[in-house]
Formats: sequence, structure tokens, C-alpha cells
Amino acid sequence: MPKDSGFRRLDEAGAATVALEFEGSVLMARSGDTVAAAMLAAGHFSGRNTPVSGAPRGPFCMMGTCFDCLVEIDGEPNIQACMIAVVEGTKVRRMKGARPLPANPLPNGEPSED
Amino acid sequence: MPDAIIIGGGLHGLSAALHLARAGLKPLVLEKDYPGRHASGVNAGGVRRLGRDFAEIPLSVEAMRLWHGIADIVGDDCGFIRCGQVKVAETEAELQILRDRAAQVAVLGFDHEEIIGREELLRIVPAISERCVGAMICRADGAANPFRTVMAFRRRAVELGADIRSGSPVAHIERRAGGWSVEAGGARFQASVLVNAAGAWGSQIAGLLGEAPPLRIDAPMLMITEPVAPFLTPVLGAEGRKLSFKQFENGTVLIGGGHRGKAEPGLNLADTRLGGLRQSAATVVALFPQLRATRIVRAWAGIEGVTPDGIPVLGPSVASEGAYHSFGYSYHGFQLGPVTGRIIADLILHGVTDLPIAPFRIDRFSEFHRTGAWREPA
Amino acid sequence: MESRVRTETQIAIIGAGPAGLAAADLLAEAGCEVTLLDEQPAAGGQIYRGIASANAERLRVLGTDYAAGRKLLGVLDRPGVTFIGGATVWEVTRERRISYSVGGTARSLAARRVIACTGATERPMPFPGWTLPGVMTVGAGQILLKTSGLLPPAPLVLAGSGPLLYLLAAQYLAAGQAISAIVETTPGGNWRNALRHLPGALIGNRYLRKGLMLLARIRRAGVAHYRGATGLRAEGTSRVEALTFTVRGRTRRLPCATLLIHTGVMPNLQITRSLNLVHDWDALQQCWRPQLDDWGGTGIDGIHVAGDGGGIAGAEAAVHSGRLAAIGCLAALELIGPEDRERRTAAERRALRAQNRARPFLDALYTPAPEFLDPPDETIVCRCEEVTAGKIREFVDLGCLGPNQAKSFGRPGMGPCQGRYCGITVSAIIAARRRVSIDEVGYYRIRPPLKPITLGELAAMDVLDESDGDDPDA
Repeated sequence: MPKDSGFRRLDEAGAATVALEFEGSVLMARSGDTVAAAMLAAGHFSGRNTPVSGAPRGPFCMMGTCFDCLVEIDGEPNIQACMIAVVEGTKVRRMKGARPLPANPLPNGEPSED
Repeated sequence: MPDAIIIGGGLHGLSAALHLARAGLKPLVLEKDYPGRHASGVNAGGVRRLGRDFAEIPLSVEAMRLWHGIADIVGDDCGFIRCGQVKVAETEAELQILRDRAAQVAVLGFDHEEIIGREELLRIVPAISERCVGAMICRADGAANPFRTVMAFRRRAVELGADIRSGSPVAHIERRAGGWSVEAGGARFQASVLVNAAGAWGSQIAGLLGEAPPLRIDAPMLMITEPVAPFLTPVLGAEGRKLSFKQFENGTVLIGGGHRGKAEPGLNLADTRLGGLRQSAATVVALFPQLRATRIVRAWAGIEGVTPDGIPVLGPSVASEGAYHSFGYSYHGFQLGPVTGRIIADLILHGVTDLPIAPFRIDRFSEFHRTGAWREPA
Repeated sequence: MESRVRTETQIAIIGAGPAGLAAADLLAEAGCEVTLLDEQPAAGGQIYRGIASANAERLRVLGTDYAAGRKLLGVLDRPGVTFIGGATVWEVTRERRISYSVGGTARSLAARRVIACTGATERPMPFPGWTLPGVMTVGAGQILLKTSGLLPPAPLVLAGSGPLLYLLAAQYLAAGQAISAIVETTPGGNWRNALRHLPGALIGNRYLRKGLMLLARIRRAGVAHYRGATGLRAEGTSRVEALTFTVRGRTRRLPCATLLIHTGVMPNLQITRSLNLVHDWDALQQCWRPQLDDWGGTGIDGIHVAGDGGGIAGAEAAVHSGRLAAIGCLAALELIGPEDRERRTAAERRALRAQNRARPFLDALYTPAPEFLDPPDETIVCRCEEVTAGKIREFVDLGCLGPNQAKSFGRPGMGPCQGRYCGITVSAIIAARRRVSIDEVGYYRIRPPLKPITLGELAAMDVLDESDGDDPDA
């Protein structure tokens, strides 16, 4: 995927770096970033394709109200990237359409509720 | 002057209007809000014969025949899909209940309810919890789009000459020589025939005729999820739980089953109740654990009228000549819509109908008046 | 930081922006027990977002008004105040039971009194192409600056109308960011409407001076400034590449890698609507606001609204509004007598009046351009369900009378944002097509969950007062 230049940092020394994984590649973020901010800093402006038409979408409001920044985080689909703080090793993948259904039964054999 | 005044522009009122118009009469529908505003437009859209009260089965079977050719009747397929309806059993005891019921239905002469085992169930619904031991299935049942259905009936009725007035709540009904005078929405109308299809307000209208049956106003709740990759074809219920579960083409999943919110019919308000929604969510997660992380995007409640025995009031007035009732469908009127209008038209035009409607008499509630017992609506 | 999960509180404050923080401060000082909930991990709301961790460089770039917000955070150290961050409130009942989720767990909180300080959201500014990646709100640009010190890739275009647009432009210039252009959509005619409010604004001229200073800074930097722009259209395939628009009859095309848009803010009304409160249409601000009394009282026993969530007036006004709600609570709890209430109320109302002097002028000047309430047919209006303006007009032609009916026709408002970015536009389009007032058309029915929640967290929730069986009256 073509890498456009992303958001750049105000010259700030001393901020700790955090390594994430985005679509299988390493992405360097700063401590205090949200996943959305980290993606934008790395030039990834789109985190998903919509289930309705497949159109590309990305962060829009950055305050948790528009739901356009949905991505898969650590295997969990449809998480708002702008609401999650980066943590070392966070694995981010784009959402391509509707969320998939995990396999049945769940791998760790969770008991059903009543 | 119209030939018949129909109070209520939901599916049953519009169905009556359509069938009367087809017979060349001029019906007038008086709807207090807009057609499909209430139960008819916001229900789960289930089109089923499965699990009906025995009294309803002959009507439901005939209605299903009409659904399979609905485009010929209203010029629109109403989004009807023949995806099947399934009611799962999680235990052997539940499966036995379903078997017994299917046998009874067969004795009555109907074969639409089929029992399947675990293997066939998992073939049809691969995502269901492997705890389930079997199910009852009606393969030719399905689902439709309620609002689209209402609009189609309305459109066709108008094409055939029906007059439909929105924003016209009935304020006054008076018996005049040979007919009825109705005041609604600031205007006065007269007709020789009156039809009460006022849904949750049906008992209120019947009361104006001096024959109000017991009717409880419920607010059944529904929830809908974010889009999920396709995993469910038929509409799903469960013998041991309140559940109606369906996945739309856009991937969203509709969750119903009759948990009740809070109704304020006078204000057209129906609010959800968290306890009931929680129970609904717990039911889904028990049967489909893989949906645990799926998000509910909206929840809402409709306004529905429920009778003590859970079957509708359908048939002629007992208090007056020239008046007929069609209301109280107790959460499951949608599928019956196409046939109830035909029955009302039969009664108006010929005085009789070939379908057995004695169980739906408006004056059948002496047992209720004695015991005060309400049957759990399904 | 919470040491145990509480299920009851004396006063619950939803939103830890200036209104919520000021209310909490006054209440805590009076000895009340307060739980302050915010969706963000830290307090400050959106206006003071990131303030606790802002370094000297960010404070310089963002300006003194932002820096001044820091002192509001002192309330978090007061005894009696519990701050719950990362708390998404998704239900508030008339009986003051709050449902909220933290880290995927849904919880209940029963409160004797509730103050909803939900603030504002960006007004939707729909135009063809506004859903392209790289098109974001000016608010988003500010948040990225405040929380991560991030500056957008050039070429950068800012488009829209309103003081926030100028503020961000000035902040970017202070950071050394190049701005290609400001494309202003403020209708030229607004000036005439605004003039009658000018005297009031001149008395409270601090805002005007601030605004003029921002404009001067932008002019000094030589940023291209187009005025009265119409016909906005964002071009691009997988992300935004250019903005086209028309000014004085000429169509222009500006290449851009980032397009930040803004045409004002509106109160976040999800809670007040879910409580079935009456909302009035404010013709000057072109949005709805709930009917409230002098203390933000809603008419529902124990529930108040304060800050921009009750009507847009800005951060400093929000402080006084928050205090008024708190004073109302103290009086209702009989912790202060009627004379004390009157005295303190009078002081806050004086301060509020002073804050609001310039507001009618600003509101009239920056009344949004009509094209955003009646966009071209091909514009996606409901972003979530991708429903276009043209489709909404078709619904009206098929008999659709209002936004709730529109949901049945074709799903606008049924996505996860629950109408936050489309509701006002859908209502306006229907009103225009039907040739009736937007007030007659109304707005979406809003019901909990006010934010999406998972089936699992709902199923596992400990619901307070859950009745046995299904009888609502049991």
C-alpha cells in the first residue's frame, strides 16, 4: 500500500516510543497516542472499508462520536481507534466490511450463560 | 359517502380496506398517526405458521398461501423471503414438547411443523450452540419487511379506491339510523359499516360501542446489532426462552422475543426497560456465544395490545349490527395481515366467512373475568 | 482513580469538561459526594483535552485560553470527588439510574441528582466527498494537536465557518504549520443580520478583540482566504486529493492532503432527547436546545443540564452554567437556604450575562451556510448507512413525513453514530422538501443505548432493580 506522508510531530523531545503492528508491519507511535493518532502519524488515513458499499473510511471526529475510525485491535473487530491508547505490541488490522463471526464453539470452551 | 369506515391504518385496517376495495366498495380508513406508525411498522417481520395457537392455524395457513403470492395481491413482494422458521430445543425434554405439539397439529390435519434432529439443525444453522438437541422447523415460513408491507397494502388499497386519512384520531362514534357517524380529526364521516382495527387502542374503540374486552397494552422490545458477516438463514426462536432472532441481508441481527418495556399509549410512547434487554442479550449469548462481542446499536419498543388468551378479537360486534372488530393480535398479527382483511370483507359482504373465527369472538372473556389470568404472549 | 466500584452516589456528573468540573468543585466544597464520569481517560472535556499532560511547547502553540483550563482540574483532588475515566454513559433514566461501561464492563450507578454536562459536537457539514479519508473536522485537528502534538500533512486546507476555524489556523501558524488556504463558507449576507447585535458585542468586546487578533495573525501570515465559498466538493479516490468550490462565480480547485472542516458546534442532546424533554429550535444557532430553568433544571426531578450541552455558549460560560446547576442541587438537597441560593445565583447569572454579550453577534455572523442543511442530491448525509440527500428527498416524495419514518424507508440514523452526524441534516432536508418548518418535522427518537454496547456486557450486567419475570409493574 502506498505510503503517503502522515501527520508530523511538534518538535517534542523525550516522549517515549511505542511499537505497534499495523497490517502486519511495525508502526512506531508515541506514548499517549491513541491508535488513530498513531495511524495518522504513520500516513494511514483509512482504517476500514464500510460494510455498506466497501468505501474507504478513516478517523473523522477523533472524539468517539462518528464511528468512522473502526479497526480491528488485538483480534477484536469494530473498535474505535480514537478511543484506545497505544500499548506496546498492539496489533491493528483494517476492517474490511462487516465483522466476521468467530468460530463455534469458542476455543477456550466458555460455559454458556443462563 | 364511504361504504365502510375503518378505524386504524395498521396492517389489519389496510388489509380490510384492500379487500373491500377489491370487491368494489369504497372504504375510508381513519388513522390517528400515519399508517405503520405502531406495531405494524416496527415489528420483527416474522411470517410464520410455526407455533401458533391451534385456533389461529387455519387462518395462518391460508395467510401463508397469500404471502407466497403477495406480489400479485399488492404489487410488491414486501421483502418476503422464504427463509424458514426454526424453534430450537436445548434439552431432550424441550424436544419432546415440540414433538408432542407437531403430532397434535398433524392430528388437526396440518403438516407444516416438522421435527429435526441435531445434525439437520447444525446443517441449517451452523452457528448455533452445539448444546441444542434438535428443533421444530417450518421450511416455507419466513420473514418480510413490515413497513414496506404496510406501504404496499396502503398503496394498493388507494389504487383501488380506498381513502386513507392520517392524523385523524377518532373522538366520537354515534349510531345513527342504518349506520354510523364518526367524528375524527375535526371532521365528521358517515357509513353503514364500521371496522375497529385500532390495534392497542382497539379495546378503547370497542368501549365506545359498549363492548370493551380486556386488553393489556404492552411494549415489546427489539434490539438490532452492527453488521455481522452472514451466519444465519432462517428466523430463529427457542422452546425454552423468549427469543426471535433474525439476520438481515445487510448483516445486522434483529433480536426480539417479547421482553416487555414500558408503554404509555396515551402519549404514543414506548420505552425500553434495561432488565428485559439484559435478559434478551443473555438469551442470545447462551445460544450463540460467538456473538458475545457483537454490539447492539439500537433498542426500541412498540405498542401492542394483548388479550388474556393471546389470540385476537376478530369478528362481528356483539353489541351492534354493522360493526366488526380486528385487533388484539398479541405480538403475532403481522403474518395474519393478508387474511384478516379478507375475513372482514367476507363478513361485511356475505355475513359469513369460510374460515373458523368462533374462537375470536369479542364476548369470550367470561373465564378471564372470573380468574384474571393472562396467558404469556408468544 | 476508583478503589471500589460504587453503585450509588449523591450527585453524578456526566462529562468532565468545564461545566462538569466547575459543578463538581462547588458541590465538593459544600461537602457533597460527587461522582464525575467522562468517556475520555482524563478530565478536561474536548476543549481542555490533553491539558494534564501538555508540555510547554504545546501550551505555547495552543494559547493562553487553553492553558487557563488547567486550574479546573484541581477539583479532582478534593475529598468526596470520584473521577471515573473511560466511562461511556449509555443510559440515564428518569429515576436517575445511569448505565455506563468501562473497559467492556457495563455498570449501574444510582444517583440522587444528575448533572448532564455532555458538551457539544461538531455540526455536520455534508458536501460531496466529505466522507473521504483525510477529511476531518477542525475539532479533530485540534484534538490531534492537544493529545499527540501532531500537525497535518501539507497541502492543508481549512474550510467552513466560525471562530474555531480561525483559532486552529492561528494555533497551526504558531506551530510553524503551512496552511494552503482558508475557504470560508460564511454567507456574505450574514453581516447585515449580525450588525443589529453589534452593540452588545462591543460591550463584551473581549471576544471581538480576540477574534480580530486571530484574523490579523492569519492575514499577516499571508494565508489565502476565500470568502463566501459555495458548492464545496472534495475529490479523491482512496483519500482526499483536492477541494473544489466556487467564489464570486469562479470555480477553484485546491490540491490538499488534509482537509479540515467546521461550521459550528451544536449541543450533544442524546441524553436530553432520550429523556423525552422538550427541545426548542434556536433560529440563530440553527440547532435545538432543551428547555431548562435557571439552574439547568429539566423538569425531571433531580436531573440538570449544564454547559454547552444545554445550549452553545462557550467554555467560560460553561463554568458559570455548571455552578448554577450545582447551586440548584445544593438548594434542592437543602444544604443551602433560599437567601444563599439567590445570592449565589445572582452572582453567577451576572457573570454568565457578561460572557454571553457577544454571543448573539457571533451566532448571527456565523449562522451556517444553507447548503449544509440542504446539500446536493449525491451528498452522503447519513455517513454510517451511506444514505444520500437525494434518497431522503425521494422518501419524502413517497410520503415520508419525518426522520423517524425515514428510518423505515431507508435506514438513515440507524448506524452506530445514532444520528449525531446526520440527524439535523435529515430533518432539514425533509422540512425543505415538505415546505414546513424543521420544528414541525422534528428529530429522531433517541433511545438507550446512547452508545453501542456488546451483547456480552449487557448480558453480564448487574441491573439495579431488575424485576423478576417480565411484568413492568412487578
